[in-house]
Amino acid sequence: MKSYNLTHLRELESEAIFVIREIAAQFERPVLLFSGGKDSIILFHLAKKAFYPGKIPFPLMHIDTGHNFSETLSFRDRLIEDSGEQLIVKYVQDSINKGTAVEEKGPNPSRNGLQTVTLLEGLEEEKFDAAMGGARRDEEKARAKERFFSHRDEFGQWDPKNQRPELWNIFNGKKNLGEHFRIFPISNWTEMDVWQYILMENIELPSLYFAHQREVVNREGVLLSKNDFITLKDNESYQNKLIRCRTIGDMTCTGVAESSATTLEEIIEEVSATRITERGGRTDDKRSEAAMEDRKKQGYF
Amino acid sequence: MSEKGYLDMELLRFTTAGSVDDGKSTLIGRLLYDSKSIFEDQLQSLEKTNSRRGEQGINLALLTDGLRAEREQGITIDVAYRYFATPKRKFIIADTPGHIQYTRNMVTGASTANLAILLIDARHGIVEQSCRHAFISSLLQIPHVIVCINKMDLVDYSEDVFEKIKKDFEDFSSKLDIKDIQFIPISALDGDNVVNRSENMDWFEGSTLMYTLENVHIGSDHNHIDCRFPIQTIIRPQSKEFPDFRGYAGRIAGGVFKPGDEVMALPSGFTSKIDKIFIKDKEIEEAFSPMSVCMTLQDDIDISRGDMIVRANNSPKAQQDVDLMICWMNEKKLVLNGKYSIKHTSKDARCIVKKIKYKMDINNLHRLENDKEIGLNDIARISIRTTSPLFIDEYKRNRNTGSLILIDEATNETVGAGMIL
Repeated sequence: MKSYNLTHLRELESEAIFVIREIAAQFERPVLLFSGGKDSIILFHLAKKAFYPGKIPFPLMHIDTGHNFSETLSFRDRLIEDSGEQLIVKYVQDSINKGTAVEEKGPNPSRNGLQTVTLLEGLEEEKFDAAMGGARRDEEKARAKERFFSHRDEFGQWDPKNQRPELWNIFNGKKNLGEHFRIFPISNWTEMDVWQYILMENIELPSLYFAHQREVVNREGVLLSKNDFITLKDNESYQNKLIRCRTIGDMTCTGVAESSATTLEEIIEEVSATRITERGGRTDDKRSEAAMEDRKKQGYF
Repeated sequence: MSEKGYLDMELLRFTTAGSVDDGKSTLIGRLLYDSKSIFEDQLQSLEKTNSRRGEQGINLALLTDGLRAEREQGITIDVAYRYFATPKRKFIIADTPGHIQYTRNMVTGASTANLAILLIDARHGIVEQSCRHAFISSLLQIPHVIVCINKMDLVDYSEDVFEKIKKDFEDFSSKLDIKDIQFIPISALDGDNVVNRSENMDWFEGSTLMYTLENVHIGSDHNHIDCRFPIQTIIRPQSKEFPDFRGYAGRIAGGVFKPGDEVMALPSGFTSKIDKIFIKDKEIEEAFSPMSVCMTLQDDIDISRGDMIVRANNSPKAQQDVDLMICWMNEKKLVLNGKYSIKHTSKDARCIVKKIKYKMDINNLHRLENDKEIGLNDIARISIRTTSPLFIDEYKRNRNTGSLILIDEATNETVGAGMIL
């Protein structure tokens, strides 16, 4: 007898496409949150697959902290130009100028937390009722309990004790006025799945993910790329190293890893041998044991 | 990872059920730890937590604790999802807590699972909760069940203890509808028969838990007989390159569809033939569950979201009166003659609860015909009438077209999980 089996990557792909189509069907004004990192690039790729040969029936939105790697921004702009899809950019600097967000002080000021303010303002200004993102449950313990369709109240808050049960493949996106949903189509993907899928589908990524020479500073065990926003402490200095990014966030908090992996195959080999989680290099998560849980409750992604 | 091996890997979703203290978290910790899915920074943060609490060594159970609120109180709030992979399969664990709101959480975890691991403490044997877990596995039609008899180290690895519990369980479960059931004696704490064969139980000739998880046959878990394609959305680009393209997008819920097949659209009853099936620009030869595809037909017929494409000679029942087993998920009780929104495949409708036939006592499977109070965690048989016909199959026959959810119209919360009889 013939066997009808999908491989794990095809099953994950099919699940994500199903969720993305549900978003388009159940909401009036959805948006895809695009950071220029690999997870949101995959989301964009899946959204194109879901609606081909039509266009993606919702815009992309980027929350620009002003602390981005320049490679991320040029990649983003080229992707939008080539695809002809619609991109909205909201700037954290605008929130700071308005006084709704306040810049952190110290030698390592991060705008990571301020993104939440700009994100919530952006959702409100544009009247978005569903924001999809590339967060995955394997990234962090607070995310392990997240739903595909995550309900947020009118303040954008997440209440982990009061989530809607999610049964079979039936997603309940009903809501009251002013409330919205955060939706995570690749919830069930792991870091390894993401890399294997990128290789299988031959998806283009920003050059930052591949090994290159860069000036970095070792701060409390995390290698940070040289940039205009950090100030060296007395005992610190920049060194030139062969590195690559495992995740891409702000320059101020994305730890880079020493690596010589220049191809996807080499990256996959490295990921399967590595013994540190992907977010292990994110100083934003290290601030406390429940850093992610607290940020999520306030409306962070 | 072997070269290109990842292109052949399958996905297995399983859920774990156990009562308090029978070692469920330790078992999951053990699976993650022995499959090398725990990373160094996770171990470090764990060691930090342990030493702060004055505990020694690594407590595997802590690996599965999620939120600060839970760690402080030593409880688990909700279903948490964990991931690990071996070269053969990728695994998704729906980890459900052992106490508060247990039924609700286990039903949620079970709804997408291919397999359930039921844990029994070798010292206590079958307890009330074991029966409940077996019943929910049967009700939710989880295709495979593995009963792990844990803490064998505390009963001197006794074969008699294992055989006695196995027999008790079989006696009880013969009243249920569980298709594939296996028993494995383990010690999650020491790892016996979890990933590595136990040297302490050479009388056991079966496979280890990990071997079973890697090899259980899941190819028949989806229905590949009755063709069901619920429409999620219509793709009409109206662009220069595709001026007349009209594609029906959705996820196959059953059967196998091929270009050229004679099909019928419900509810209209119009027939046509499948022209092409696509995944993006790639044409495919056949589409089966759970693939997400886009389908074009040879004739232009009126189809919209909530409709279903089926084979003309094998269609689901179209009914407004539907009998269900329902698991209640909300503190607000089920209201007889109350109105609820429903979601069934891609279709939205409303319904009225016409009848509550009985409540199940899930600890002994008795039908409580006189108890019609259906509250949180209760399971009951009810009848509903819907505003428009649903295209249904028995839940036993198809988990996709046989399931629906009830939604409270005031709060929009999902309040009931229904399995169609």
